[in-house]
Amino acid sequence: MSKNIREEFERWGKTTLNKVISKAPEREPSFKTTSHIELRRLYTPLDVADLDYCDELGFPGESPFTRGVQPTMYRGRLWTMRQYAGFATPEETNKRYKYLLEHGQTGLSVAFDLPTQIGYDSDHPLSEGEVGKVGVAIDTLKDVEILFDGIPLDKVSTSMTINSTAAILLTMYIAMAEKQGVKSDVLQGTIQNDILKEYAARGTYIFPPLESMRIVTDIFAFCKNRVPRWNTISISGYHMREAGCTAVQEVAFTLADGIAYVEAAIRAGLDVDSFASRLAFFFCCHNTFIEEISKFRAARRLWAKIMKERFKAKKDESCMLRFHTQTAGCSLTAQQPDNNVVRVAFQALAAVLGGTQSLHTNSRDEAYALPTEDSVRLALRTQQLIAYESGVADMIDPFGGSYAVEALTDEIAKKSMEYIEKIEAMGGAIKAIESGYIQGEIGESAYQYQKEIETKKRIIVGLNQFQMEEEPLRDILRIKPEVEQYQKEKLAKVKKERNNTKVKETLAVLKKAAQGTDNVVPPILEAVKVYATLGEISDTLREVFGEYKER
Amino acid sequence: MARKIRVLIAKPGLDGHDRGAKVIARALRDAGMEVIYTGIRQTPEQIANTAIQEDVDIVGLSSLSGAHNNLFPKVVQILREKGAEDILVFGGGIVPVDDIPGLKKAGIREIFQPGASTEDITKYIKENVKTT
Repeated sequence: MSKNIREEFERWGKTTLNKVISKAPEREPSFKTTSHIELRRLYTPLDVADLDYCDELGFPGESPFTRGVQPTMYRGRLWTMRQYAGFATPEETNKRYKYLLEHGQTGLSVAFDLPTQIGYDSDHPLSEGEVGKVGVAIDTLKDVEILFDGIPLDKVSTSMTINSTAAILLTMYIAMAEKQGVKSDVLQGTIQNDILKEYAARGTYIFPPLESMRIVTDIFAFCKNRVPRWNTISISGYHMREAGCTAVQEVAFTLADGIAYVEAAIRAGLDVDSFASRLAFFFCCHNTFIEEISKFRAARRLWAKIMKERFKAKKDESCMLRFHTQTAGCSLTAQQPDNNVVRVAFQALAAVLGGTQSLHTNSRDEAYALPTEDSVRLALRTQQLIAYESGVADMIDPFGGSYAVEALTDEIAKKSMEYIEKIEAMGGAIKAIESGYIQGEIGESAYQYQKEIETKKRIIVGLNQFQMEEEPLRDILRIKPEVEQYQKEKLAKVKKERNNTKVKETLAVLKKAAQGTDNVVPPILEAVKVYATLGEISDTLREVFGEYKER
Repeated sequence: MARKIRVLIAKPGLDGHDRGAKVIARALRDAGMEVIYTGIRQTPEQIANTAIQEDVDIVGLSSLSGAHNNLFPKVVQILREKGAEDILVFGGGIVPVDDIPGLKKAGIREIFQPGASTEDITKYIKENVKTT
């Protein structure tokens, strides 16, 4: 008869373990995750004794999806290797997209500059110095035509990191596809379109919350019929994590935002099963390997529970948390940039072991600038090495059943749910953001993290330990100042050559729709087709919706 | 007795990444300074006006969007035009090392780069602002 685990564990503690600890204490009095979850020295079957396999883990492709959202996962199809890219002019970005696709990237991801994200044309006074700096500058459909020139939109899926101006970019993409002879009903891709996290952590909002939510739900409704294969939103935790929150908070605040979007869509008259399968998510992957793998599994289980129990979704697809991951930008250091290659490799591996559908890996030089071709190629190779050489893609959820991973999955799920319930008791995510609660929690975590670094409670290799004398990286990507002038001239030309009467008409129709309850997306589509600018469309909406001012 | 040092932490331009600015603002408060944080999306004019209105000793500018060469010197320029050249200006965020000489020439006293600690910045302010 086999021995009793509990008795043996206690015996081990009193004898073998005690022999060592009594002579030399461990490195720390306690070891905690970034979410302040205290780690056990050793996890055993005792920690998962109450785990109901069928209820809480189940099988991939079935609720609660803890082990994965597809029945074959990476054995059927690898995650999409989707490097976020964009800078300077559409011409230069188009070149970078072709470079990345040539090197084996399997999906596109568009980074836009701040004026584009905030609804300003390249010639707006507030755009000065910002054009093309953090992403590609897009003023009109003409720029989108250049951006995707030679890229078949029926064969490539495109994710666009765009929020306040998501409807404008989506309709430009649709109009561009039409010019390629591709109908909108085959288009595959994603728009981030997650305005709530903009107020909480990212800052590219334009309009106030309720008006912004109206645009979000208009997009859900529009895509349901016109672009059914499109992911209408990428509910994001990445940015809140980058702003400093913990892994538990990342899950909690993201799912709380998700709840707010589902509620808004239902209030707008949509049936939950008509849009929920097109909701997607976006998470960070930071350094704490086991915590991150557990985090993704916890998020999947929680969302399935929320969609089933709270929103009574009938279809399994409506309960599936599909997500994109980006490795943690905030973990990169300017000091000893080669260390970043290793950090990214661990983070990418954790994301794959966590079952991500799509992945962006950061480049070694991104504490300095947007990546050079060489840096981004190595970041892409990192994914390919995991996919083809590590073997982890050849089975599903290999860490499933690990006592540590299952215990941490449970713990993260439990703690995140506590936060979600707290936010719901406040009236939901929108109220929690308006009151500054979420921002406060993020800020507190960020401050604690910095204090830990400065007191050396948290070691960052190369930064506060193992430092060395070195020259900063000089071979970095620089955006030429001529880019701004080039874009302005191009914009002036488009404005001269287009039918300005038609532009005025479409903007008037849009204004009327915005003032009423009609879906604003069709009028925006008409406006972009006649080369109304992103700024003109945004200004039209500003006139009706007003602008949000930070507290 | 020395009065408290007054600091304005500001985010010029469209960049919304405020983690660093907020952490530094709080650290400076913990170190005994009076700190005003402007929030994001400030124009150089707004920053200079706030600095003067709030009678601060020093302004810290944060930008991660690459617009620092345009925006940081403008703040210094406007302060000078309004006769407030005694208000010191420093900066941080993502600023390539090759841009630092140009910024210093334009009157930005110091630039803190990724990896700088709140301790470094606190020390810098204490050493450079006279309050007696």
